[in-house]
Amino acid sequence: MKLKLRIWRQAGPEVAGRMVEYDLDGVSEDMSFLEMLDLLNENLTNRNEEPVAFDHDCREGICGMCGVVINGVAHGAPEGVRTTTCQLHMRSFADGATVDIEPWRAGAFPVIKDLAVDRTSFDRIIQAGGFISSNTGSAPDAHATPAPKREADEAFDNATCIGCGACVAACPNSSAMLFTAAKITHLAMLPQGQPERYRRVKSMVAQHDEEGFGNCTNIGECAAVCPKGIPLESISKLNRDLIAAMFKADGK
Amino acid sequence: MAVTGLIMIAFLLMHMYGNLKMFLGPEAFDHYAHWLKGTTEDGGILYPILPAGWFIWIFRFALVLSVILHIWAAASLSAGTLKNRGDKYVTSRKKAQTYSSRTMRWGGIIIAAFLIFHLIQFTIVPGSVSGGDADEPHTLVLAAFSLWWMVLLYAVCMVLICMHIRHGFWSAFVTLGGNTSGRSARILNVLAIIVAVVLFVGFMIMPLAVLFGVGI
Ligand code: HEM
Ligand code: SF4
Ligand code: FES
Repeated sequence: MKLKLRIWRQAGPEVAGRMVEYDLDGVSEDMSFLEMLDLLNENLTNRNEEPVAFDHDCREGICGMCGVVINGVAHGAPEGVRTTTCQLHMRSFADGATVDIEPWRAGAFPVIKDLAVDRTSFDRIIQAGGFISSNTGSAPDAHATPAPKREADEAFDNATCIGCGACVAACPNSSAMLFTAAKITHLAMLPQGQPERYRRVKSMVAQHDEEGFGNCTNIGECAAVCPKGIPLESISKLNRDLIAAMFKADGK
Repeated sequence: MAVTGLIMIAFLLMHMYGNLKMFLGPEAFDHYAHWLKGTTEDGGILYPILPAGWFIWIFRFALVLSVILHIWAAASLSAGTLKNRGDKYVTSRKKAQTYSSRTMRWGGIIIAAFLIFHLIQFTIVPGSVSGGDADEPHTLVLAAFSLWWMVLLYAVCMVLICMHIRHGFWSAFVTLGGNTSGRSARILNVLAIIVAVVLFVGFMIMPLAVLFGVGI
């Protein structure tokens, strides 16, 4: 199939970018979106032009490295489908279609080059509390600490967040509340997360604000594009812990 | 934001209910207004727990405080967000957002302007805009809403207010931790729509009745 691509090209963090048009022929509908970009880059390299920079790693939807805004939707999933950019296939597009490709846009995700953005702000939110402290030795027996079924399921659902940043990209406020809420809920639902539970929510939310992410106004665009289906409810759960934490001496 | 917003919604429900006293006749409405202000013979609302006339001032103080805190929170949170949010996308598609949720900031500013106008008209300088006698509050209402454009202005403003409340009600409960499952999300959204529709109908029915001279 044949495509008309309009791609955001930006040589570096400080320079202005713009949309550039490319015609691409020979796209197979079995290609993933990233393979389609690989094909474009091969053509560009052969023509002695600068290839398009984009992030990727596992290409199987589990690492969270990939992610671009495709035709105005973060990761570009068609209606009713949840997917990362790497798991989106070209059969989702019509032959001859025009495809707009832009980077995540958020103050806390500055563009490094073209479609690649700097998401180390997420790492710093995790460093602020997205862990449990324990002295590790040999692995404990799996049944040593019982976890209730319902809570364990919820923890697992939230643990599927891969930190891709689509939620931030889709949010009109550029807020990272869904990401932060997924991390908070994941640990708050497990026995191992209890000792630091209230300190964690305070410091992670403080770091979220520190990084320049916007304030959540409960619009819901985030949950609609999340490839892992993290629900908006997680944000209410974060808020519950945050309200409870106001009445605890723990944390700053 | 959430707490002050919910206080104002509770006030609006009460205010709407009180306005419907117009349908019980001018004496009933005036008595109610004077009772709130503590100028009726029995000392008015909450007398003798509070000295006559105190309630209205405590109530006004709490409401004004809610309005100020609400606006202050909105302004400081929005300032933080607008300073840092990303550039606009060349192409963007909305998947989940409602018109109300997108217009909370501008909607809020317009509502604040309406509130100032409304308070001047009925409370601060009663009768200044459209006439009437402050000692007989029902005359203020009759004078105002016998003007078609006044009814229209109120109708437009009430649409904006009810939209603000539709998203605000839902958002307040999410912020307070009430959205715990897909089911609670549906319940909260339906409740928000009910509150918004009840407020719109309940507030507008009286001015319309005045304008068309039915029932009042
Ligand atoms: C169609 C809609 C409305 C009508 C017909 C209406 C009518 C009135 C009237 C007649 C009064 C004076 C009552 C008296 O003191 O005798 C009043 C007072 C007031 N209204 Fe409204 N109102 C409407 C909507 C609103 C809205 C949307 C708000 C808030 C955003 C609001 C806030 C107030 C406040 C704060 C007062 C003053 C209460 C006091 O005296 O302390 N009103 N309104
Ligand atoms: S919450 Fe969803 S969209 Fe946001 S970072 Fe995690 S996986 Fe990506
Ligand atoms: S490349 Fe790993 S999730 Fe897409």
